[in-house]
Amino acid sequence: MAGNLVNALADLKEEEALKIVKDRLNANEEPLKILEDARKGMEIVGKRFADSEYFIPDLVYSGEILKEATELVKPKLTKATESKKLGKIVFGTVAGDIHDIGKDIVAFMLDVNGFEVIDLGVDTPAQKFIDKAKETGAPIVGLSGFLALSFDSMKDTVEAIQAAGLRDKVKIMIGGGQISEEIRKYTGADAFGKDAMAAVALAKQWIGAD
Amino acid sequence: MAKQWEEMSPDEKQEEFFNRWLSPKDPQGNDLKFQSPQAEKGYKDRITRIKDAIQMKKLPDRVPFFVAPSFFPAYYSGVTPKDVMYDYEKCRMAFKKFVLDFEPDGNLGAYVPGPGRFFEILGYKLYSWPGHGVPPEQSYQANEGEYMKADEYDALIDDPSNFFSNTYLPRVFGALEGFKMLPVLTGILEIYGVAVNFIPFGLPPVQETYKKLFEAGAEALKWFGEMMAWNNEITSAGFPIVATGFSKAPFDVIGDTLRGTRGMMLDMYRQPDKLLEALDRMTPLMIKMGVGTAQMAGHPLIFMPLHKGADGFLSDAQFKKFYWPTFRKVLMGLINEGVVPMPALEGHWTTRLEVLQDLPKGKTLWMVDQSDMAKTKKTLGKVGCLFGNVPSDLLAVGTPQQIKEYVKKIIDAASKDGGFIVCNGAFFDQAKPENVHAMVDAAKEYGNVYK
Repeated sequence: MAGNLVNALADLKEEEALKIVKDRLNANEEPLKILEDARKGMEIVGKRFADSEYFIPDLVYSGEILKEATELVKPKLTKATESKKLGKIVFGTVAGDIHDIGKDIVAFMLDVNGFEVIDLGVDTPAQKFIDKAKETGAPIVGLSGFLALSFDSMKDTVEAIQAAGLRDKVKIMIGGGQISEEIRKYTGADAFGKDAMAAVALAKQWIGAD
Repeated sequence: MAKQWEEMSPDEKQEEFFNRWLSPKDPQGNDLKFQSPQAEKGYKDRITRIKDAIQMKKLPDRVPFFVAPSFFPAYYSGVTPKDVMYDYEKCRMAFKKFVLDFEPDGNLGAYVPGPGRFFEILGYKLYSWPGHGVPPEQSYQANEGEYMKADEYDALIDDPSNFFSNTYLPRVFGALEGFKMLPVLTGILEIYGVAVNFIPFGLPPVQETYKKLFEAGAEALKWFGEMMAWNNEITSAGFPIVATGFSKAPFDVIGDTLRGTRGMMLDMYRQPDKLLEALDRMTPLMIKMGVGTAQMAGHPLIFMPLHKGADGFLSDAQFKKFYWPTFRKVLMGLINEGVVPMPALEGHWTTRLEVLQDLPKGKTLWMVDQSDMAKTKKTLGKVGCLFGNVPSDLLAVGTPQQIKEYVKKIIDAASKDGGFIVCNGAFFDQAKPENVHAMVDAAKEYGNVYK
């Protein structure tokens, strides 16, 4: 029974997954156990994406199914879910740029790989990255940008982090659109990633999880 | 006597389009007067070079080159994107300086900025533009959304024009709210009751909307007049404008314009048949749009920015099922009318190349952004002319030496047997002018490969 939800979610069977959730709730099963299975299903989705078996639409659809499942479970939740995370990452699209697809994919992959992603959204001022990094003590900051103007925003953000005295406390990764090693050098970030899997690999390496 | 258009083969129509392009007219319909005999020769040489590269029948005299900017001409001329959107004089100055300084074989006109005041009059919501949601010194950006809801496919399929006028337009233009109340014009049939159909035009919100439309139309006309004057000036100086016309892949019409990326992706799982039906419905409209705009512009190239078919945005199976069939139909519909589609493969399309190459040879011109150039040449490049690939990041922060090496590399990889034009890969805003010069110089220096 428990295996069903994991597989239904991993295989993107929306109706089946939601029916299992409802049945299990009706059978008075512990809501946290249901969510744990959903999480396992999402982990498989993430793995399939990393293996190029799944593509962006599959991620979007799985996220949608998970959202619906969580909404069903929520009213029955008595205590907050607490799962051990590998580490925190402050993450967002830099100032001036409102693109979110790439950022959301990376956030998704970091999340299913065990990181706690603090997503600051799009058009994020440098100060917001600094405030959140201080508040959460996150050791990693991720800057996303699609447009060429983000090169300068990233550079400004890295400089502001430096000026705030945080540069030796956080590792900074950048990615998106036209980002390359040239741009990494230009911005002063620690590393760039070509795709979401690269971001996960970098984060694991930096946090010493591998 | 010359053959009538309807009697011509696709090849003859394409040839006729190129001939028209070679003999440009002024706004009065007379032969355009060039600024000098050299300008006229330069114009014709450039078009012939581009034509030979596209048709792949004979080798051009050298590898042609384009420079395809977004707002770069504004920065380059010391004005802001806001300036060139609101001050047409500054727009003309900036884009003229850009063309005259870089002397590209083909340029994209001065259309990129568009008329800021026009967008303002109509309250355009699909984009944020300089001074309206983004700072004056930045480029505009799209605000994607579900401007068509998941349950509105039937409305779109039944009557696309009515869906656009009464539902889509009021959602993306704040000033067109009143259009929600417009009558269905196909209900105007006979004297009995006919006046009832016209009642909406008497209602204050509809009348307000029309007032805004008159104002917007006047502004659009003013802007277009400036663009036409610019075109004449630049053409008469010897520089051809490529791709004034426009069309899109049906999948991108639904994905960019109507449903948004997320909505579109969910539709592939939840209502694939409706989506396919809507894509079919859009197909003839996109062919007509492309042919119509090419005829209006008087030359064969039309621009088609491609987005949602890029690597990773769809699985291979989804690409073959949802993206390619109607996109190919649009391409073939355009080709059959003599039009040369100029699709821009924005981002990475390396995994799509083998599918895309199923087209007749010498009929298309592809802008390559970050796809692998050597691989593109071996697949799509067998049938279509390629341009682009010089990276935006290098143009922005690289050195002239890096640019020259890059241009050399792609000429080596893609110029064999013709069918190649040097150009940047993505429409760019910020770049070091010396890097843009380096791209142009390298194209001239290394582009003499056909002697």
